[in-house]
Amino acid sequence: MGIFKSTLSAVRKGLGRTRDTMAAPLGSLLRGKQLDDAAVDEIETILLRADVGVSTTSSIISELRAAVKDGNLKRGEDAIDFLRVHLRDQFGDTDRSLANATTSPTVVLVAGVNGVGKTTSVAKITWSLMQEGRSVLVAAADTYRAAAVEQLGIWSERLGFDLVKGQDGADPAAVTYDATEAAVARGADVLLVDTAGRMHTEKGLMRQLNKIQSVIRKLIPDAPHEVLLVLDATQGQNALAQAKAFQETIDLTGIMLAKLDGTARGGIVLAIHDALDIPVKLVGLGERPEDIEPFDPDAFTQALFEE
Amino acid sequence: MFNALSDRFSKTFRNLSGRGRISEANVREAMEEIRQALLEADVNLDVVNGFCDRIQKEALGEEILQSLKPGQQMTHIVHQQLVELMGPVDSHVMLVDPPPTVIMLCGLQGTGKTTTCGKLAAYLKRNGRNTLVCAADLQRPAAVEQLRVVVEGVQTSGKGNAQVAFHGEPDKCAEYGTATGVAIGVCQRALKRARSERFDVLILDTAGRLHIDDDLMKELDGVRYALNPHQIYLVVDAMTGQDAVQSASAFNDRMAVDGVILTKLDSDTRGGAALSVKEVTGAPIKFIGVGEGHDALEEFHPERMAGRILGMGDVVSLVEKAQQEVDEEEAEAMAERLSKGQFTMNDFVKQIRSLRRMGPLKQIMGMIPGVGSAIKNLDGHEGQLDRLEAIVGSMTNNEREEATLLKSKSRVRRIARGSGASGPEVNKLLKQFEMIKKMSTQMAGMGMLGKMKAMKGMQGEDAMAGMEQLAGMSTRGSTKTTSVKKKFKKRKRR
Ligand SMILES: Nc1nc2c(ncn2[C@@H]2O[C@H](COP(=O)(O)OP(=O)(O)OP(=O)(O)O)[C@@H](O)[C@H]2O)c(=O)[nH]1
Ligand SMILES: Nc1nc2c(ncn2[C@@H]2O[C@H](COP(=O)(O)OP(=O)(O)O)[C@@H](O)[C@H]2O)c(=O)[nH]1
Ligand SMILES: [Mg+2]
Ligand SMILES: [Mg+2]
Repeated sequence: MGIFKSTLSAVRKGLGRTRDTMAAPLGSLLRGKQLDDAAVDEIETILLRADVGVSTTSSIISELRAAVKDGNLKRGEDAIDFLRVHLRDQFGDTDRSLANATTSPTVVLVAGVNGVGKTTSVAKITWSLMQEGRSVLVAAADTYRAAAVEQLGIWSERLGFDLVKGQDGADPAAVTYDATEAAVARGADVLLVDTAGRMHTEKGLMRQLNKIQSVIRKLIPDAPHEVLLVLDATQGQNALAQAKAFQETIDLTGIMLAKLDGTARGGIVLAIHDALDIPVKLVGLGERPEDIEPFDPDAFTQALFEE
Repeated sequence: MFNALSDRFSKTFRNLSGRGRISEANVREAMEEIRQALLEADVNLDVVNGFCDRIQKEALGEEILQSLKPGQQMTHIVHQQLVELMGPVDSHVMLVDPPPTVIMLCGLQGTGKTTTCGKLAAYLKRNGRNTLVCAADLQRPAAVEQLRVVVEGVQTSGKGNAQVAFHGEPDKCAEYGTATGVAIGVCQRALKRARSERFDVLILDTAGRLHIDDDLMKELDGVRYALNPHQIYLVVDAMTGQDAVQSASAFNDRMAVDGVILTKLDSDTRGGAALSVKEVTGAPIKFIGVGEGHDALEEFHPERMAGRILGMGDVVSLVEKAQQEVDEEEAEAMAERLSKGQFTMNDFVKQIRSLRRMGPLKQIMGMIPGVGSAIKNLDGHEGQLDRLEAIVGSMTNNEREEATLLKSKSRVRRIARGSGASGPEVNKLLKQFEMIKKMSTQMAGMGMLGKMKAMKGMQGEDAMAGMEQLAGMSTRGSTKTTSVKKKFKKRKRR
């Protein structure tokens, strides 16, 4: 899907706090200064503070040290440029657009641990697809958490999308099946499936995801076309453990990083990228439906280093 | 929880203890590992630095350098410091006279405030306190309805006779921060009601908010000034990263937090947030949340937490948990028989049943010393426990009381037929039984320390094999898995 384009200003706003912990201290540390060992140590500290994580930081820092030792980098400004280019390059040129099935509906399954922002993300994605004039059907397959269906019900009224719901405590796979059938029958462009929060350590609940996937496949063999894992940007390195466990259960196609507005540690994006082979496709920057942006490495790194 | 951190510490100290004596360089090296481990566990960088400085100072003192077992000494110091950082314990909910005691929960979005309201209400209900819970989150869609359902669940299925009621005004709900401040009025009316209907406690479930969202933070101030809560608890997701310090101190600066509730510790988070939050707020960690249900609230024990971090396991928790689940008299009777070496097949099944009641097997096994790291590769096959029970169910009462009878091949064949198992399966169970019998009788009659030592002595292979078998788990081989439906049925208790 050629889903909505990134606006630098929104990303800039969302990353405001990360800039305060990264760009600002890097600037005052390095601008107009010589680059020495102590400065490199200090850079390491700044990266760690931004949740870039121990292993990603170590690899960046050792390359930086090598470059300093070889005499390639001398001034503090050189280090800033090095980091900007280096961090940008880390992301490569992966395709980060949402999948688009050749025959409608495109089915998007949304999963994640408790409270990370799945339901809000479903509302946001629906909103942006609707902006593009696509017809969206949403499945309320969280039949477990109290009032989860009502929560989506309110979003469907606010934004005007159709919702397929089962009864409280119904089998989520059954709800998903009904919704898939309805999406096909109504000729919807996209079907979004909101699932209950599940701790990645709960094997039984993880298997339930496979069941949801397989009922979708009964009707549409190559679906779900997109399996999005929602991660909470304010969580730390455990987000990586979550992603790994979900990946082992179901083939993830992308990550939606929610609550990026709530953290001064946007560096977690780097850690995720470094540890996993799953592209961050979308970021959440607030609680309103329009607070969503596609993840754009250029805009991200640029925003990160603006002082 | 905390598994990975324990692994790291164990490794560091194994390296150390191999050397006999340690030099200053050794301590530095160990410190570097500890530092890394803590960072990977999401402990805030500044907290890590302070912590490591303190440890290094102590470790470099005369004592440790001359100690013959520096690894142990070091473990002890690190453990001490972790306990100090996370303690002291205070899981007492202060109640005022005259009632009602007003308790306010606050925190970031999605940390578990609403769920925790239900857990606290259930806790108070168990302790005979009538509680009114007020829905002061008018921001998140359907938050009021969510709390209503949660409270209803506690009222109908929570233990105890006290009353739990809900106060909500769904018509006041706001769309995206348009009506900040309305929550203040709702809380005031709830307080009025709590007074006139003579509730002991009023709990306020506030909306999740970012500590940098000034409008919403002002609303919290408003509630605070209007109601003057006796206790303000900050609800923190145990999976929080480096940011834990910023958000916790912002909430604390503004609200003067009285306690912290750490949620989602049923995950495999290494829980660095526990250390960070305690350090910056100075407020005690009152409770921990270990699941979604209203009974998944536990007291916080820093020694246990530190013990886990250090790979010493959490035997105390395990034993306590077992005590909660096992009928006291029955347990005593069993202990008595165990001390005489009379462990029967019936006891075996009873043990398995109580183990199963105790919750996710993995969580329990993680508490056993030395099992922590091995457990990661295991998958609990609860279905296998069913099989085990079926096999025992096909034994005659005599056989169950006197397992030596089962040396007879014909009996084994009969049991196999009766339970639909194969002969080797029955024999495997008998072997497991013998092993557990040995373990259990060895430990019976020992005090807590003795038990810990025994467990430690059996570390690794033995303890693993024993526990694995007790739980009917296997690292490979078995393909039987829990039926999804069954698991889910279990989950739909609420
Ligand atoms: N600041 C901010 N808050 C968010 C964002 N996304 C979600 N939230 C809030 O986080 C809380 C949890 O969001 P939900 O969408 O209900 O999360 P969920 O993963 O569906 O939760 P469960 O279904 O309970 O597991 C709500 O209060 C949301 O308003 C975001 O990008 N930024
Ligand atoms: N596994 C687990 N889930 C929890 C725990 N506490 C809360 N949750 C879940 O986390 C999600 C958000 O909780 P909620 O109470 O709505 O958070 P709030 O937004 O802070 O009120 C829900 O899905 C809860 O079921 C816990 O201790 N363990
Ligand atoms: Mg949800
Ligand atoms: Mg809530």
